[in-house]
Amino acid sequence: MQRIGVFVCWCGSNIAATVDVKAVAEALKSEPGVVFSTDYQYMCSQAGQDLIKEAIKEHKLTGLVICSCSPRMHENTFRKVAADSGINPYMVEIANIREQCSWVHKDKAIGTEKAIILARAAVAKVHLNTPLTPGESEVTKRALVIGGGIAGIQTALDIADAGYKVDIVETKPTIGGKMAQLDKTFPTLDCAACILTPKMVEVAQNENVRIFSYSEVTEVGGFVGNFTVKIKKKARYVKEDVCTGCGLCTEKCPMKKVPNDFNLGMNNKGAIYIPFAQAVPKVATIDPNYCNMLKNGKCGLCAKVCTAGAIDYTQKDEIIEEKYGAIVAATGYNPISLDKFDEFAYNQSKDVITSLEFERLTNAAGPTNGVLLRPSDLKHPKTIVFVQCVGSRCSADASKGKEYCSKICCMYTAKHAMLTRDKYPDTDVYVFYIDVRTPGKNFDEFYRRAVEEYGVHYIKGMVGKVIPEGDKLIVQGSDLLDNKQLKIEADLVVLAAAIEPDKSARNLATMLTASMDTNDFFTEAHPKLRPVESPTAGIFLSGTCQGPKDIPETVSQAGAAASKVIGLLAKDKLKGNPCVAHSDELMCNGCSSCERVCPYKAITYVDKEFRMPDRTTKVRRVAFVNEAVCQGCGACTVACPSGAMDLKGFKSKQIMAEVDAICK
Amino acid sequence: MQVNEFKPKIVAFCCNWCSYAGADLAGNNRLNYPDNVKIIRVPCSCRVNPMFILRAFQRGADGVILCGCHPGDCHYTSGNYYTRRRMALLFSMLEYLGIEKERTRVEWVSAAEGAKFSATMNEFCEQVAALGENKRLEDLRCKQ
Amino acid sequence: MQTVTRNQLVEKAKELLNNGTVTRVLGIKKGEFSYDLTPAVFTSAEELEKEFEFNGFAAANFSKYLVKLADGEGKILVFLKPCDSYSFNQLLTEHRFNRENVYAVGIECDGFADYKKIEEEFNDGIKSVEFNGEKIEVTTLYDGKKELAFADYMLERCKNCKTKKIAAFDELLTENSDETKNTRFEEVEKLEAMTPDERYAFWRNELSRCIRCNACRDVCPACTCEKCVFNNPDSGVENKAIQNSFEENMFHIIRAFHVAGRCTDCGECSRVCPQHIPLHLLNRKFIKDINSFYGEYQAGAEVGNRAPLVNYTKEDIEPKDAVGRGSEE
Repeated sequence: MQRIGVFVCWCGSNIAATVDVKAVAEALKSEPGVVFSTDYQYMCSQAGQDLIKEAIKEHKLTGLVICSCSPRMHENTFRKVAADSGINPYMVEIANIREQCSWVHKDKAIGTEKAIILARAAVAKVHLNTPLTPGESEVTKRALVIGGGIAGIQTALDIADAGYKVDIVETKPTIGGKMAQLDKTFPTLDCAACILTPKMVEVAQNENVRIFSYSEVTEVGGFVGNFTVKIKKKARYVKEDVCTGCGLCTEKCPMKKVPNDFNLGMNNKGAIYIPFAQAVPKVATIDPNYCNMLKNGKCGLCAKVCTAGAIDYTQKDEIIEEKYGAIVAATGYNPISLDKFDEFAYNQSKDVITSLEFERLTNAAGPTNGVLLRPSDLKHPKTIVFVQCVGSRCSADASKGKEYCSKICCMYTAKHAMLTRDKYPDTDVYVFYIDVRTPGKNFDEFYRRAVEEYGVHYIKGMVGKVIPEGDKLIVQGSDLLDNKQLKIEADLVVLAAAIEPDKSARNLATMLTASMDTNDFFTEAHPKLRPVESPTAGIFLSGTCQGPKDIPETVSQAGAAASKVIGLLAKDKLKGNPCVAHSDELMCNGCSSCERVCPYKAITYVDKEFRMPDRTTKVRRVAFVNEAVCQGCGACTVACPSGAMDLKGFKSKQIMAEVDAICK
Repeated sequence: MQVNEFKPKIVAFCCNWCSYAGADLAGNNRLNYPDNVKIIRVPCSCRVNPMFILRAFQRGADGVILCGCHPGDCHYTSGNYYTRRRMALLFSMLEYLGIEKERTRVEWVSAAEGAKFSATMNEFCEQVAALGENKRLEDLRCKQ
Repeated sequence: MQTVTRNQLVEKAKELLNNGTVTRVLGIKKGEFSYDLTPAVFTSAEELEKEFEFNGFAAANFSKYLVKLADGEGKILVFLKPCDSYSFNQLLTEHRFNRENVYAVGIECDGFADYKKIEEEFNDGIKSVEFNGEKIEVTTLYDGKKELAFADYMLERCKNCKTKKIAAFDELLTENSDETKNTRFEEVEKLEAMTPDERYAFWRNELSRCIRCNACRDVCPACTCEKCVFNNPDSGVENKAIQNSFEENMFHIIRAFHVAGRCTDCGECSRVCPQHIPLHLLNRKFIKDINSFYGEYQAGAEVGNRAPLVNYTKEDIEPKDAVGRGSEE
């Protein structure tokens, strides 16, 4: 039998005005198990806490019921009081007689009566409370960053600088991501490569960082502090540690017709290639879909010319298993496919391009060496039409496109327009827009310069149709401000395609048990207060995998994610929430219902040997809850038909005792 | 006020993260609701076992309401989705057994919806009061 | 009347025993009367010849027995009727026995007779019940011999047979069929159309007869818990016999809820109820609701299917829109 103490707080007049606190304390004295009951002005004050501590000592209390404000306010305060006095902190229950009683009722008799019932329910629960101890688990002091774009690079660098080991996994042969493909960056117009490539080198040289390029995560197990991750290193048929990146093989490769994906297919490369000059790691990779040697066993030229002897046609995919304490998703974005946007003639004309393709066309390392030439006939375009919001801000019932704003398009389109006018002043530049959105430091000034200084024609309205006619593109659009229809004969049309999360993110989210929104962006633990954490403990979010972002935002989020990771890795041990699920293995059927509803993959199954009543043994499959992963939602307890699964701190019996007390 | 006015007993299960906080907010803003509503705190609406609801009716509750985060906002990402299915089926079954469907309810109340919490409770109490005492699912032994 | 004969089954069982495919045969043992049959395990041809029985009363769903019987030396042979095969898959989905340990022979089913119904037809003194084609021949002490039409005395579940498709087997003894029927929800619909008062009266009348013998639970292939929640002192709802009017409500509601989405509608609960309570009407209500709220779902159609109650979609129906929907449709 518990020895329960009841402490009724006045909260000044907050409670005492509507609840006869003395009557409550008096009434509770007759409850079974209550050996002490009192009231005090401010139970949470130092004096109030001392009063509780005294009572614990004097009356040898084993459980406490505090009738006070909401447990969301002071549960921890009173748990600490209990712990300081040698009682398990989970032997404390709060009867919320302020927010849910004195503040919502006016009649003192009614308030008092309800307060007594709430206190009785709390007493009934405490009778069934058991001491709980939070589980502890070790922390593997290594982080994994999935994605090697600017988000991943920055996160890795910040974690590494704090002295922790970090691995980057990148699916492409090189890190750098989308930013490596960009020409200039808004609103400062500094060159993307000039600010990115030093970071790529820095991260590659940092002794705390390992880069797994041309690799992907295939399996994630474990939990916060103790993830086990399988990484598949795809065969690149080149020994990474031997290749010097001289590039001779890429020049000699006789297969010249491989679409160059780094330039978005606008030119070709060899079957053995280095994506771009500043690639990290700077090693060649063979594309097995095109290499004659790998396909037909004929050629072998690259191996012959390679003085370092780095080519290895027999290389196989390799699986690496590593342990991590924290995982950062930095999987980035891609422009959406424009297949459904036939009205813009993207698939019909080579001269209708996306903004990212435009970046490559103006980039000195791009297919035209930075000279703006249109893809079809390599002539200078004299009239360029930019179309914004292609697939962004679509209505929810539209069969194509995204509902959200892709956020970066207004600014990069202003940049493209401005740069075009700057380099080729004889070019007419039109921009069709729904709204121009420029919230950001120096953003609006930048956009206004495009209009005012550079004479870019901004037209509020959408383009209805683009019709290829001869070597021209007829752009039909509406000007909503002048209320008229426009027809522009353009040489080049640039579509600001909406951006969407990389397709790999969905699969990754499943592996990480991290949640996603309907657009496949990772959801954050709290949209305002925990924006870089996933609801799944130990999983963090960096960059556009969480939502559309520009580079400065991405970098600051990357730093924020890194600091959260560092905060986690700095701990030697993690303390869990002790109110977790627990399965009684004697009653468990191993039916998997609980496993299926668990949002955290906290439940696994083990084959366990049981001694049967007839002295034989039987092996049965039973559920096992990993207490470090369980967050204590209780979904499993209801899914479990046998009642083997229960939730510590909120046991079925405890809740039913409360129900009984309230309904009495 | 009539002395013998019927006051239904209402048990409200509230999830810790949204609805319990919503109830606290109703208190903070002094938004009244009937005192016969008694709240039981659960970590998530998905912790509420149909047995708890039947137990409440068995012990003399006249109405049971279950409050959780709005679908999509669950602190545990998916708990209330399971709640939604379980309660849709359970309440449908109770109705099939002849229990008035007005005695049971699921309501999504966020931590910001103190006003909704109070309004819901007022409305639910009125609704249950209109039905009178729960006789169909009560344990006769427990009657005073 | 069954087209599959006892001899066909015995021959198949002997063949599989002899060639070593199985070491044991799960079947039915003869009793004193044709209707008093007991599931049993046979290990030899002699036993099979002597005691194996299969007649119009051999309706028992074999799948549940595998939970306890599948473990052992060698494989056990089980004959799966369409009903049994769904339970078989559902139990596999829930890892309740090891598929490797079982050799399943699928047999077609033409429905079984309901002894309770025949019994009601006569005063005491049924001496024997024999099956003869479409007829049931009943010999009684007082009325002599009487013929009944088989079709009129079928089990409710057979009258409203949901499907004749065998969902799991290693080999088929007979043809598999795709025949399905959709009449099983008619009774539920009738109830849904009643007023709440009428429904309450109906169920009070039915459930008040419950003697908590637990036969429904013990026979149910979805009720395979190591320990039932109603036997578990920690569940807070432990009770073994009825104490009052509510307890059996609680028992039947919770039992139906626990098997919701897992119940294959095999109808064993109603078949074995000594009090003639139409328990299948509870399970079918859940099945009907699940089909209407979340899309058609047949438990046990395939191994590994995710049951509706451990699944969700973001667009699921709200409870307030769900309740009473059946009666409005």
